[in-house]
Amino acid sequence: MSIYKDAKYMDVPYEEKQKLFQEVKDDMRWDTTLYGCYECGICVAACPSARFYDFSPRVFAQIMAREDVDTFYELLNDSVWDCSQCFSCTRCPRQNNPGTIITIMREVAVNHGLSSAKKALQAYSRIIYKIMSTGTQVAPDMLQPDFFPDWGPDVKAVSENLDVWRRAIPPETMHTTELAWDVSEKTRLELYMIWKLTGNLEMIEKIDEGIFMILEEVMEELLDEHGYDIDDFENVLED
Amino acid sequence: MSVATASPPKASTREFIRKGQPPTEDYRELLFDLEAKGELEVQRVPEPFVEVETKYGRKKKIPLEFTWHHKSCGQCGHIPGYSTAIFWLNRQFNKDYHDPKDQSSCTAWNYYASSTSNSAAQAAVAIRNFAQAKLDGYFPLIHCGTSYGHYKEVREEILHHQKLRDQVRKVMDRLKMPFVFPEEIVHYSEWVHVMADDIAKKQVLDFSNIRTTVHPACHYHKLVVEDAIYDRDLYDGQRTAIVSGLVKALGAEVADYSTWHDCCGFGFRHILVSRDFSRSFATIRKIERMKEEANPDVTLTHDTGCVTTLDKSQFSTQAHGRNVGIPVMSDAQFAALAMGAHPYKVCQLHWHGVDMKPLMEKMGIDHEKAWAEFEEVAGRLKENGTEFMTWEDADA
Repeated sequence: MSIYKDAKYMDVPYEEKQKLFQEVKDDMRWDTTLYGCYECGICVAACPSARFYDFSPRVFAQIMAREDVDTFYELLNDSVWDCSQCFSCTRCPRQNNPGTIITIMREVAVNHGLSSAKKALQAYSRIIYKIMSTGTQVAPDMLQPDFFPDWGPDVKAVSENLDVWRRAIPPETMHTTELAWDVSEKTRLELYMIWKLTGNLEMIEKIDEGIFMILEEVMEELLDEHGYDIDDFENVLED
Repeated sequence: MSVATASPPKASTREFIRKGQPPTEDYRELLFDLEAKGELEVQRVPEPFVEVETKYGRKKKIPLEFTWHHKSCGQCGHIPGYSTAIFWLNRQFNKDYHDPKDQSSCTAWNYYASSTSNSAAQAAVAIRNFAQAKLDGYFPLIHCGTSYGHYKEVREEILHHQKLRDQVRKVMDRLKMPFVFPEEIVHYSEWVHVMADDIAKKQVLDFSNIRTTVHPACHYHKLVVEDAIYDRDLYDGQRTAIVSGLVKALGAEVADYSTWHDCCGFGFRHILVSRDFSRSFATIRKIERMKEEANPDVTLTHDTGCVTTLDKSQFSTQAHGRNVGIPVMSDAQFAALAMGAHPYKVCQLHWHGVDMKPLMEKMGIDHEKAWAEFEEVAGRLKENGTEFMTWEDADA
């Protein structure tokens, strides 16, 4: 039972929560993330997210240490997405690493296609598409006033002059507007193989089926051009 | 009860001397063991290199040339003067380097933002890039703080988990590429750090009236801490020496502020889809504190996300009457300006948000003339849609 009277998600079967909790603890990184907690609060004092959200890295460390499965599930669905992943919390005198606990928890949330994860990543889908299809996360043509209105008039100036300004950069790898740099076709091909071989594409299917379908089509086309069949790439993690 | 006969030593005279063994293992021993067992190939740091002291005393080798520039998607995409300045510095010293097209990003911005990946995929992306660097005959120099931090994490996971090594090996076999890991994970700012005195020798602008604040990147000094460079002569060895060492070498001032250890507010996911958080943290905890406590002419950092967040967050905050307005740039851009690099053709300062003109005036740069020169080249490119600015144009 949760230690909190107002615990949420009490309608979710305990066994389901326990299964996800165990998945976090089964991750190979788990053994080096938690060594007990002094409750000193250093991690919270160092944490940027704790200043602006109802979020505490200490709670993650303590709940995991206490094996409070109900509260774990609540964190997994709510504040896990508030973390900044800066790892300032590693200032912990016990050498706990709440940031990595959260990385693992997020991975479990994505792997299970939790609706909270889908919601948290809803506006982020196009970034996932960009990184997985091109190997670069951001591109010059993302600098549009509609997407970054809060970044000021310079964004408008960049978007209006994008083509010329990109050509007015000396390194030849950067003369592109759609990619951060001119990524070779070979790189993209090998990345697609990695996504398939490591089951990464399957994760995307669970979180955003639309993006998965577009990605698979793009990957299939390039692999096919190079004489590969996308279905020939087995998931090596399942061995 | 004893009575003190002398005042306790002041911080400036207190000496911090390292005693005993480092609290972390020397990962290189494990790496070389794995190589001896035939599990992987270690790419040695090429000569010439400089050895510098890291957090727990281990000497780290920083290659001076033959570097494979592992570019940053955030830098190249949104702040292109950052990467251009790194290349320009290499060219000024006639260093042999390679700027590859066969390179992906580390993909870790996405991983820290969304976790839509896993350890095996992340490690395979890293090893693919490292293998390509080895095949190209150059040593990886990592431009991005996120990539640097993530590759250190990947190294820890690979060294300690046989199952992961086996998985990555299967992937690399399918890619028909070798399983290579570099002897050192080297960040470009470490190269700038060891080159600082040489940069100062070629300095053409007087920076003695420039006051800076420094923001050390979280993934540089907080994530797998033992790789970061420290120097007893800088902050008594209590903070990383990176960036600050360069500023001192160039004769500018490094001003202190109370929130130096805080993150910039980037947040990976937040900067793209929850920027209210990034803006608030960057301005309230970093920029305003710097302004109030140090009032710098510029704040310098050494990572993609930090330059982006600290710079871009300031525009809308001004609308709320907050005490902001500090130009933000990388150590590489600062070094390049000191050596006379063009502010727009090389450092590409027009991609930054905060007004750089007052800073440039203080540095002795005629920004109006410089912008006219940039516009002249841009106008030529506009007329001829197939032309690009060359390195010769940039230095003309």
